[in-house]
Amino acid sequence: MRVLCSLLLLCLSFAAHAQQPREEVVLGLSQNRVSITADFDGSEILIFGAIKRETAIPEQPLEVIVTIAGPSEPLIVRRKDKRFGIWVNTDANQIDSAPSYYAVATSGPFNDVLRHTEDLRHKVSIARAIRSVGAPAEIGDSRAFTRALIRIRQDNSLFQLLEGAVEVDQQTLFRTSIALPANLTEGPYKTRIFLTRGGHVISQFETEIDVYKVGLERFLYNLSRSQPLIYGLLSLAIAIAAGWGASAAFRMLRQG
Amino acid sequence: MMIYLPIAEVSVNLFLLLGLGALVGVLSGMFGVGGGFLITPLLFFVGIPPAVAVATSANQIVASSFSAMLAHLRRKTVDLRMGMVLLVGGLIGSAVGVMLFNHLKSMGQVELLVRLCYVVFLGVIGGLMLFESYRAIRRARRAGTPVYKRKQRNWVHALPFKMRFRTSGLYISSIPPVLVGMSVGLLAAIMGVGGGFIMVPAMIYILGMPTKVVIGTSLFQILFVTAFTTLLHATTNYTVDMALAVVLLVGGVIGAQLGTQIGLRMKAEQLRVLLAALVLVVCAKLGLDLLLQPSELYSVSTMDQL
Repeated sequence: MRVLCSLLLLCLSFAAHAQQPREEVVLGLSQNRVSITADFDGSEILIFGAIKRETAIPEQPLEVIVTIAGPSEPLIVRRKDKRFGIWVNTDANQIDSAPSYYAVATSGPFNDVLRHTEDLRHKVSIARAIRSVGAPAEIGDSRAFTRALIRIRQDNSLFQLLEGAVEVDQQTLFRTSIALPANLTEGPYKTRIFLTRGGHVISQFETEIDVYKVGLERFLYNLSRSQPLIYGLLSLAIAIAAGWGASAAFRMLRQG
Repeated sequence: MMIYLPIAEVSVNLFLLLGLGALVGVLSGMFGVGGGFLITPLLFFVGIPPAVAVATSANQIVASSFSAMLAHLRRKTVDLRMGMVLLVGGLIGSAVGVMLFNHLKSMGQVELLVRLCYVVFLGVIGGLMLFESYRAIRRARRAGTPVYKRKQRNWVHALPFKMRFRTSGLYISSIPPVLVGMSVGLLAAIMGVGGGFIMVPAMIYILGMPTKVVIGTSLFQILFVTAFTTLLHATTNYTVDMALAVVLLVGGVIGAQLGTQIGLRMKAEQLRVLLAALVLVVCAKLGLDLLLQPSELYSVSTMDQL
């Protein structure tokens, strides 16, 4: 019985080995927490790691893809059109879900590193990270809205495609650095590492980077959402104190 | 040095904001205007979302009008009774304005509404001021003394619900002041302005109030209406950015004192021409943005924010 068991196990492990050589990611992050402080001006995250394997390195070269995705939320994309001589928002299309931030770094040209079918399955490219199911019937070109979203966010460095930004050493060590812009929303940022050979994903690893406002920023934001009336009164109190204080101070300066 | 604004969720250069506050402060000190009509569009230009710009500048005006009103109270140039009547209208107008604002926001048209209001009002006011000061300069050249005559009786006096306003020396119906207050409250909510530039002419020409109590009384009304508007925006839209307000205030109070000194050294007509030119420049910039094809036709907004 014991022999049978071990034989079975051996067979299973052979089967697994036959499908793909076991290679796993051991990851390091320069920081797994990004704090948005009052003087927050963007941040650079260094992602590095090694590949753990028990077998010899296969001949086909190893490629690495790193993605970081901010929290997703539904969006509305609006298009302007000329009406009565001025430019007015006319058509609107809802995007069911799009990450507030999305970066893809690869070790080579994207289409060489990942096959289309694998992209569909794992939703790696920027276009796949956005989910837009249906558009209202009156808008024929809902894709134009999705393209516009990508274009706008790319211009703001919120969406980044960094081809060749991952350095791979000896098929074992990899490193890349990804810039987070200043206008981040808070939340958990899902970080994924894919190892591919010949465009097929052979291993993947997931972790999270927490992006949160801290200190005064956190306090003000929370107060404005949980106690809006108190927040409003506090703003007024500050304004009145500043107005009154300034006039009193300058009167004293002039008299004294 | 960049500062991250917690509500606007954008990072802006601290000195740019301080400078903006100071610039508007200088202008308000020089010309005796609240500066709301300038600070809101300037905040658009530096990339603050329009909803945050409008709500925060309402808060800003509370500060500048409070210190100015104190000065007027000391000089007893505030008609409190008239102020209260204007205020009743103002609060109604402000509530309607915030409702309208929120409704249009859900339709994605709020930016258009705010910009259109600005173009129309700045254009009209700037044009009128330029015309007025041009006439004033010409009259001064002719060395004739200008004679303003207050209209003693007009349609305002034919309406019911008459009230006596002792400080202003008026016995008129309370309907026109309520209406004037309402329209100013509406503007405060939509444009994030105090509305002094509308209310002062309305008080002089429609209500026939004596000029010496006009400024103080309008400040009284502006103070409460903008405070109310700030609260409404803070509780319904969560768009008042305290960090932004504080930075603007610091710049503003320093600028205002500087502006007062500059204002004392210049002639009134020159000041008015300058202010009119400034108003028209801002108006032209906003107007061109509406008329010219934008470089990006699409815009992205989240469900709860502009």
